[in-house]
Amino acid sequence: MRPVWLLLLIPYVGLLWIPFYNRLTPDLFGFPFFYWYQLLFVPITSLLIYLVYRQVRDGR
Amino acid sequence: MGAEIDYPALAVFLFFFILVTVMGFVAAHWRRPKTLAHIDEWGLGGRQFGTWITWFLVGGDFYTAYTVIAVPALVYAVGAFGFFALPYTIIVFPFVFAVMPLLWKVARDNGYVTAGDVVHGRYNSRWLEIAVAVTGVIATMPYIALQLIGMAAAIHALGIPGEIPLIAAFLVLAVYTYSSGLRAPALIAFVKDAMIYIVVFAAIALIPLKLGGYHAVFDAADAAFKAKGSGGILLAPSQYVAYASLAFGSAMAAFMYPHTLTAIFASSGADTIRRNAMLLPAYTLLLGLLALLGYMGHAAGLKLTNNNDVVPLLFKTLFPGWFAGFAFAAIVIGALVPAAVMSIGASNLFTRNFWKPYVNPDITPAGEAKVAKITSTFVKIGALLVILFLPTQFALDLQLLGGLWILQTFPALIFGLFTNWFRAPGLLAGWATGFLGGTGLAWLDNFKPLHAFSYDGSKFAVYSGLLALAANILVAVLVTGLARAREKATPP
Repeated sequence: MRPVWLLLLIPYVGLLWIPFYNRLTPDLFGFPFFYWYQLLFVPITSLLIYLVYRQVRDGR
Repeated sequence: MGAEIDYPALAVFLFFFILVTVMGFVAAHWRRPKTLAHIDEWGLGGRQFGTWITWFLVGGDFYTAYTVIAVPALVYAVGAFGFFALPYTIIVFPFVFAVMPLLWKVARDNGYVTAGDVVHGRYNSRWLEIAVAVTGVIATMPYIALQLIGMAAAIHALGIPGEIPLIAAFLVLAVYTYSSGLRAPALIAFVKDAMIYIVVFAAIALIPLKLGGYHAVFDAADAAFKAKGSGGILLAPSQYVAYASLAFGSAMAAFMYPHTLTAIFASSGADTIRRNAMLLPAYTLLLGLLALLGYMGHAAGLKLTNNNDVVPLLFKTLFPGWFAGFAFAAIVIGALVPAAVMSIGASNLFTRNFWKPYVNPDITPAGEAKVAKITSTFVKIGALLVILFLPTQFALDLQLLGGLWILQTFPALIFGLFTNWFRAPGLLAGWATGFLGGTGLAWLDNFKPLHAFSYDGSKFAVYSGLLALAANILVAVLVTGLARAREKATPP
């Protein structure tokens, strides 16, 4: 298994350890930290999957 | 809710409903199969859906109409805790990316249609196969019923009383699923998802403008929870473990369901699934924003008798009639897609893992398609009867249990992709432990999905499904260990 797969663990750590983000500040566009932090993990996760995908896709 | 019929809303609603009904029937001719009388064609759409179709189909099937109603309702009621759906629908995708292409390949190479097929092929155990298949069917039935609850909420919001429209909508669905199979929801999913995207973006852009911005929305929600004395816009420390374990357990369970697996098996290749794992989080963004409608309900000062009314009432109060009608049509159509795929997934299981082994082993693929078509109709009528004649709470409790149940098929379905170590008796014993133990635990907890603990003076709760899964895996390892020791003692 290539080490690039480990990138996929980042969303699990970032989202399942609640003390990282269970607070109000800093806020963004009126969203408390708790909300924009989790929403931000949507594009981050897509990007991480893309980075792994580049290495493993069929026929390369 | 108001009993007055809003005619512009009704007209828009009917237009879109008729549009998708026509599409449902036309779908039989879409991407022209040589024949629909084959279970691969009827039940899996010919295993040829590419990246875009799969994206719409999984999106339409995983983020259901019930989600659109229930997630904001939960957020309205309890606040931050209801947001566990957000991390859940994010962390599911690295898992899908890593595991589902392998499962797809096993299914394609061997012509498998269901999870039961995969398990039987791997372990050659009829018992394990039927355990997985029965779990899939009973976990899906209440899920279909919940789609009906979502539909009913939208139909009633239009001001149409009674159950007749709901019955009519569901019968129409049954007829075109019968004739077109998985192609019907796949085609309708395009319309459904486009409509839901429009509705959600309009809602999250316009509603806060009317309510004084997002800051005001969060402040109003915070004030409402403080006044009520429960809930809040942040988690209490006692909720940390519950939030994380619900998110993780739900993510592991999500793609064990027959409807999600059906959509995976129907895709054209492993790379199609990988690309989808990357692209599907777009829907999660939508879900996260949608969840905020729960807080907007507080900011708009809605007075609700039923939390599930928060989204319909918000649209009705803040949007013109025609747009509310569009939104309600989106919710109803949004229920049709998953309900169709769920009934197809359940009837594939029944046909392949019960009818074929026990009733008619010599059945042809055309015969399988026929049995599956008839079964799918019975499945839908069953779900309709549950909603019409049993208390709603019954369906809700069963659906929560369904998540716990389906999670217990994880070891049997997934472990074999990575290791040859496990044996059927071990996995079967593990499944039975998790299924019965988990159900017992839920029963003790009054059908709440969380089991409370206190340790060292601090209280916390864990998702019961995950506790049951831990027991399941432990027993599977122990019994497999015993079985393997016996194999060594008595060489074949």
